[in-house]
Amino acid sequence: MIDSPRSWQGLDSGQLLLICAAGLVTVAGVAHTAAVGLHDASVAVGFGALIATGELARLTMPGNREVAPISTAAALGYTLLLDMGGRQAQHSALQVVAVLAVGMIAGALPHLAVGRPPRLDAMARRLLTGALLAFAFRPLAEPLYEMTSHSDQWTPVLGVMAAMILLALLCDIVVAALLRADQVRTAFPVAVRDELRMAAPLGAAVAASGLLLALAAHSMDMAALLVFAAPLLVTQVAFRKYAGIRATYLQTVRALARVTEVGGYVEPGHSRRVSRLSVAVGREMGLAEPELLELEYAALMHDIGQLSLRDPIPGGATVLTDPAQARRIAELGAEVIKQTGVLDRVAEIVRRQCDPVAEGPPLASRIIKVANGYDDLMGGSTDRDRAGAALERLRLAAGTEYDPAVVEAMARVVDRLAPLHRL
Amino acid sequence: MRGLPWYAKLYLTAVIAVAFGLLGHGLAVGRFERVDWSTLLVLALLFLVCESVPTLLNVKQAAISVSFSAALAAVVLVGPPGAALVGMTAVFSVRPGLALTKRLFNGAQFTICGYAAGEVFVRLGGVAGVPEIENFEELILPFAGAAAVYVPLNFALIAVMLSLAAQVDRVPVRGMVQLLASYLGYATFGLLIAGLWATVQSISAVLVLLPLFVARWAFGQYLAQQRSYDATIAALCQAVETKDYYTRGHCTRVSLASTMIAEEIGMGPERLRAIRYAGMLHDVGKLGVPTKVLQKEGPLTEEEYAAIQLHPMRGLEIVRGIDFLDEAFAGIMHHHERHDGTGYPMGLAGDEIPEFARIIAVADAFDSMTSDRSYRGARPVPVAIEELRKAAGTQFDPVMVAAFVKAVERDGWEAPRKVPVPPGEEAETVVIKDHDDPTTPIQVVSER
Repeated sequence: MIDSPRSWQGLDSGQLLLICAAGLVTVAGVAHTAAVGLHDASVAVGFGALIATGELARLTMPGNREVAPISTAAALGYTLLLDMGGRQAQHSALQVVAVLAVGMIAGALPHLAVGRPPRLDAMARRLLTGALLAFAFRPLAEPLYEMTSHSDQWTPVLGVMAAMILLALLCDIVVAALLRADQVRTAFPVAVRDELRMAAPLGAAVAASGLLLALAAHSMDMAALLVFAAPLLVTQVAFRKYAGIRATYLQTVRALARVTEVGGYVEPGHSRRVSRLSVAVGREMGLAEPELLELEYAALMHDIGQLSLRDPIPGGATVLTDPAQARRIAELGAEVIKQTGVLDRVAEIVRRQCDPVAEGPPLASRIIKVANGYDDLMGGSTDRDRAGAALERLRLAAGTEYDPAVVEAMARVVDRLAPLHRL
Repeated sequence: MRGLPWYAKLYLTAVIAVAFGLLGHGLAVGRFERVDWSTLLVLALLFLVCESVPTLLNVKQAAISVSFSAALAAVVLVGPPGAALVGMTAVFSVRPGLALTKRLFNGAQFTICGYAAGEVFVRLGGVAGVPEIENFEELILPFAGAAAVYVPLNFALIAVMLSLAAQVDRVPVRGMVQLLASYLGYATFGLLIAGLWATVQSISAVLVLLPLFVARWAFGQYLAQQRSYDATIAALCQAVETKDYYTRGHCTRVSLASTMIAEEIGMGPERLRAIRYAGMLHDVGKLGVPTKVLQKEGPLTEEEYAAIQLHPMRGLEIVRGIDFLDEAFAGIMHHHERHDGTGYPMGLAGDEIPEFARIIAVADAFDSMTSDRSYRGARPVPVAIEELRKAAGTQFDPVMVAAFVKAVERDGWEAPRKVPVPPGEEAETVVIKDHDDPTTPIQVVSER
């Protein structure tokens, strides 16, 4: 599910556009601020420092998504700031952008120093979301401040702030989905749903914290920054742990799926190739991320039943194996996976991986069957002629053994990936 | 109430009596007259909501909830008697299955803590009531004092109860430190609620709670994933073992024994988790050793022995892609090193052997001796311990052996159940020499 870390050359056009836009906004913000001078320098420095800290503590969520909740919340807080302990905040949107950009760059520097290059696209997205909100909200800051200072009407002001944050976060999600759809070749609506699912909980926490920060600055002055940073840290720690265990989980299944190879039950690299191919086909067919994860687990472990066999089939369970044997391996594998007590759906996918189309196995099982058949015929080769022949052979059995829709999806995937030698 | 020892009942009664005494005292000196009842009501509701969704921590009996923030906010906003009343609402928390005695105790101890923290707050110069915006800085010191009293008092009251009710033998100190750190975060939340009350009243509570609930949700997800992960890794290790009928469950038991030793020598939670997994995975590389070598009867040729010696490296090769502590990898790679330097794969000796490997070696040998093997029955635990002691200093690190013996003598060891005669269908019935068994060392003949 997680793509290998992309290099600088791996940026596609959408990302480049995003980075350029962020660069332009940064230049405009910094230039403008340099020209007119910094309003409320101490406030700007305080928020800038918090943004930098947040960038320093960025974390990677499942699906290789980089987030920096503290930095985002601080940016929101600075954007929404109406007054600092009663003194009206008069900074412009461009100054917000400048503080945001400088803080982000400062926070990324230590990472760079220890050899972790920044994910420019993720940073650009954070910056642009912040800039968008700043340009929309800062012009309103003056009238809103009047409302709070003269008539002490906080509730409508809060409503405006919340609505604007919501809009900005939705824009962010749409941009993220666009980028992702482009990157991993998934359908845009599916990508939107995936992003929404991933971003909603953390987004809610960040939005509430940002609002809180703007409010807290009203009653607590700069102390708000300190008081507020600790609680969001709790949230961040929880998410970091969650992301950590998710990553370890996937790595462990990937690693342990290899025991069949080390034990000589299957060709080296087979499980990994089948799982990559399956996930690519699953994406092509519009599966959402939770289903893709199950598909990946099932594909990685589809041969694990071999471990329970008294005599391993030499060369593994290929398309050439006796169907009864293959079915038995599938059953034994499903038994092993059922033992976990938590991966029941994965077990079901593995159990039905050999079923012919007529028996109506789940889509994931049909995908694994096709991917497995393809890899048996290809054996890790990237030769185009051989790939064509293998696909032809799968097509012959489409409708009986293989699901024609899956075979066609796979033909598209292979066609796309073959020149990249990534299979 | 039934099932509690009499001294626990006495303690419970005393705590409840003190709680009522404090409330009565407050009433007698007329402290309730100055309480702002609408604020109190909102805070009590907030406290109740927090108390009803406790964050379950790994400490089995103690459910720590985020209600702490609400209680401390109450200290500031409604003063000692108000905080005591807010604490008392814990009796009504919506937690199905919570026994009445526990509810009463919770309510009483929160009352006491609230009152005491409130007193400290006032003594340190804090003024109970909605704080003015200008006075926020003056709030911090009294608030810190109140929090500093609330937490230890809360801990002490609960810890005494738990130990009296004999539900835990030892209160895990290390876990408590972590808990204290998270309480610091919750305390700041309380300060936020109090500080924001002047501007947006109860909306501040909602805003403060939202990140808190999200954090709780994420933490719950993390725990669920963690449990699921543990189950998966155990199941996969079992799958690797099915090849050899007799070693079934070996990985889980080695993992357990390694953890016992690690706990005994005082490892931190991070390393404990790492060694749990290292123990679990220590033999995955065995799958790379040809079955006929593992199953061979009689002495092995040098070549075959070399194949066996390769299994720790094979294991490392498999698990290398996982983000464990480096120590876990070292433990897997070196678990067949011997203290005197005659082990494999690198022939390290004494302190050169990584700590994890020294631990796993003891656990591995012990489980091998206390389980059935096709060529012999399981040895009783005392005999196996005697063997470990004998080999301490030559094969094993004496420190680890001593730690393990101590742990087993205190906590006991559940040896695997008697293995019935293998059903022969899916399992191997062939004699397999166990390479982990120190009492039947592998014999190697040199080829000439």
